[in-house]
Amino acid sequence: MKKLFVLLFSSFILLGAMAQVDKGNLLIKNGTVITITKGNLEQTDVLIKDGKIAQIGKNITAPAGIKTVDASGHFVMPGIIDAHSHIALDGINEGTNPITPEVNESDVINPFQIGIYRALGGGITTVHAMHGSANAIGGQCETIKLRYGTFDPEVLKMDGAPRTIKFALGENPTRSHGEGSGIVPRTRMGVEFVIRQAFTEAKEYSEKWNQYNKAKLVKGFRGAPPTYSYRHEVLSDILNDKIIVHCHSYRADEIYMMLKVCKDFGIKRIVFQHVNEGFKVAPELAAQGAMASVFSDWWAYKFEVYYSTAYNAAILAKNGVVTSINSDDGEMMRHLYHEAGKTQKYGGLSDEEALALITINPAKQLGIENRVGSLEVGKEADIAIFKNHPLSIYGVPMFTIVDGIIRFDREKDPDDMRLMVDPKQAIETATFRDKLSDQDHCMEGAEFILDSELFNANKK
Amino acid sequence: MKGLQTIMGLLTAIVCIVVLRVEAQSPKGKYGNVALTNATIETVTKGTIQNGTVLITDGKITAVGSNVSIPTGTEVIDCKGQFIYPGMIDAGTNLGMSEISSVARTTDFNEIGEVIPQMKALTAVNPNASAIPVTRVSGVTTALSIPTGGMLSGTAALINLHGYTPDQMFAGFEGIVLNFPNTGRRGFFDRRTDEEIKKASDKALASLNDVWEKATQYQKLDSATKGKAGYYPELQALIPVLRGEQTLLVEVNASKDIQAALKWLKEKKVKKSILTGVAEGWRVAEEIAKSGIPVITGGVLELPTRDYDRYDKAYANPGLLKKAGVKVAIKSESNNNNYRNLPYHAGFAVAYGMNKDDALKAITIIPAELLGVANKLGSIEVGKSATLFICNGDPFETKTQVSHVFIEGWSMPMVSRQTELYNEFLKREPGVKK
Repeated sequence: MKKLFVLLFSSFILLGAMAQVDKGNLLIKNGTVITITKGNLEQTDVLIKDGKIAQIGKNITAPAGIKTVDASGHFVMPGIIDAHSHIALDGINEGTNPITPEVNESDVINPFQIGIYRALGGGITTVHAMHGSANAIGGQCETIKLRYGTFDPEVLKMDGAPRTIKFALGENPTRSHGEGSGIVPRTRMGVEFVIRQAFTEAKEYSEKWNQYNKAKLVKGFRGAPPTYSYRHEVLSDILNDKIIVHCHSYRADEIYMMLKVCKDFGIKRIVFQHVNEGFKVAPELAAQGAMASVFSDWWAYKFEVYYSTAYNAAILAKNGVVTSINSDDGEMMRHLYHEAGKTQKYGGLSDEEALALITINPAKQLGIENRVGSLEVGKEADIAIFKNHPLSIYGVPMFTIVDGIIRFDREKDPDDMRLMVDPKQAIETATFRDKLSDQDHCMEGAEFILDSELFNANKK
Repeated sequence: MKGLQTIMGLLTAIVCIVVLRVEAQSPKGKYGNVALTNATIETVTKGTIQNGTVLITDGKITAVGSNVSIPTGTEVIDCKGQFIYPGMIDAGTNLGMSEISSVARTTDFNEIGEVIPQMKALTAVNPNASAIPVTRVSGVTTALSIPTGGMLSGTAALINLHGYTPDQMFAGFEGIVLNFPNTGRRGFFDRRTDEEIKKASDKALASLNDVWEKATQYQKLDSATKGKAGYYPELQALIPVLRGEQTLLVEVNASKDIQAALKWLKEKKVKKSILTGVAEGWRVAEEIAKSGIPVITGGVLELPTRDYDRYDKAYANPGLLKKAGVKVAIKSESNNNNYRNLPYHAGFAVAYGMNKDDALKAITIIPAELLGVANKLGSIEVGKSATLFICNGDPFETKTQVSHVFIEGWSMPMVSRQTELYNEFLKREPGVKK
């Protein structure tokens, strides 16, 4: 009896730890396959077995019982990856302290948000669900796959994806803490200081633990361990290259500052987010191997993005910086393929270069390039099928496939795709976005500390 | 001797400053008689002309066709492989009134007051706003600049995106902006209960009716006293609308509110009106069509307004309105200084169901007609203003490059701060090492 109980109990724990992720088998016939890494293949089939790409070639015969999608005349590309988003989250800003690495978006994943389905409608399959930008060192983020339909937050998580954390420079942290609460940082000097201070304290913390762990081995040791601090554990993990830093930033000077901080503390993996003035320090970014995830053309919504240019992505890419185009927005993420296309207007990138900005490059930035971001045998079968070329304004995602399962089907899906209907919701109430206040989704959940023109200007 | 050196030094410094000053200036627009030859001309109103010529004389289009004789002394621009389109018109911007949208001291579109139709956008249009060149190099040549906030927010003005004073930019239309009482939510930060929303909108409608009643009385008094009814600027500003001489631009989005607005416009016998925004127009498209009131809808690149709506409803909205028989113009998003994306809003409408010709009209001739300037703008026709652009393909396509823009015959410099930054920083010098 006791044995049975133990068995049952341990299997529950196992189930809890390893969420059941559905994986599909599928044959996509006769499409123009845009592999990203290995060119385009005309009239080619893609065979998916158990959620992975098993074969890419011509005239593949469907194994018995396998579902087939006819992609004749369509374009088959890797599922689009958004390296900066806040969808599927119930909390975005722990805006109470400039340093909050101890919080984790992993705890507030919401699989019911209709935004997940809407993103699938734009060919998105993987999303970097990020903490907001109220704090210099914000919370940890979660890389999720859009397995819409599950009620289990664990199922959305991309198991095994590297840990990531949000940092933020410039106006948002200084506005939130300096202006909002009267504490450091109120300036870019303060932002640098609180980051360096946090890392210095983390180094001291690890040093204490190292000494303790060493001393412990000596026979007869009787000392007490240092006080445990999860905050410093996470910061130490950053210093030990276990977490990729994703740093919200706009101005060239603050980007340059952060590059120096990284050098001084030995941080190798950093992706600058937004990075509107990245083009001004592109050589420095490239030299240090830092990456950049940018908007296609957003500008002038606040002072630090006033001197922006829509040519940013092209300048960065041509200077050798691994660059992606992100959305930070539940609407824009539905047409990242169009946003990537703007780099052809603004800077003349080739089809291949432009599509890399929303596939393999964001995959590199999230450390998942060996699993997704291109169509190659052995990779996970995350695929978007387009009517018309994805960089054309007339490109329309028709199917979006995650792990070989069709999660979006333009022709067959019903209009109402909610998973859960709130019985208290008024049927007639509609929401109209206010662009003026919506531009900076990074500050969602931190409005309460802002005496902001942004939020008050339009309250009437 | 030393004195001479000093003088020479000073002179050199002055010369340097002068030269630097000149270099720092943006290039100017160029005016003259120009023939655009060998082009595919999309006239919008009169079909497509292959291998055609557009002749620009004294700021106007003086000839269009495949057999145009070019007067001597005319500059010729060979447009082989290129397309000519009329300048695009964005009838929903705050161009010139906003430099940085979240920095209040740089914005002029939102005056204090609920009923302030006398506040004139044209007054606050800054001809040197950085967004103006950024917008016009994309082929958007003309924009309706709209004050926002309150109920009757002010008087919108149509401007051409070139000129050194607001009057030089003025393109011939002004209209009063009414934000119709609204039962929708404004975004994630709007946490009012449904009852609070209803109460606020009922109250707003009552106060709108009150203002309208006062304005009607004032108008009668004004007629009786031959304009000596006293200084009531907000009521005075409404007189042209009451007399059917000026257009009321009614911003309205939720379907219920659209219905209420149609009813209200009928009750008040408003002669000239346009519905703007109209995000949920598709829900009540038949009713809008029946009213005969035209629509300026957009942005198209938007989320559905309700969780249970089909994911692509905002993209499909212009096409659905058109299909129901509504006269539809398309605008871009308000308040974000990315009006250069207007052709993409139209392009998405096409990708999700609108006819391509209708979408092109929706950003050219239709807004020109709705704003009463179709005699000058919106198509390539003889006698119209030479406000047009030349590009290397379908202007809706993302990668299409615009090579020339003409506004009232002025050839625009194809630079903006964004292109200047590109030129300076693509190959930065010095690079990493100095």
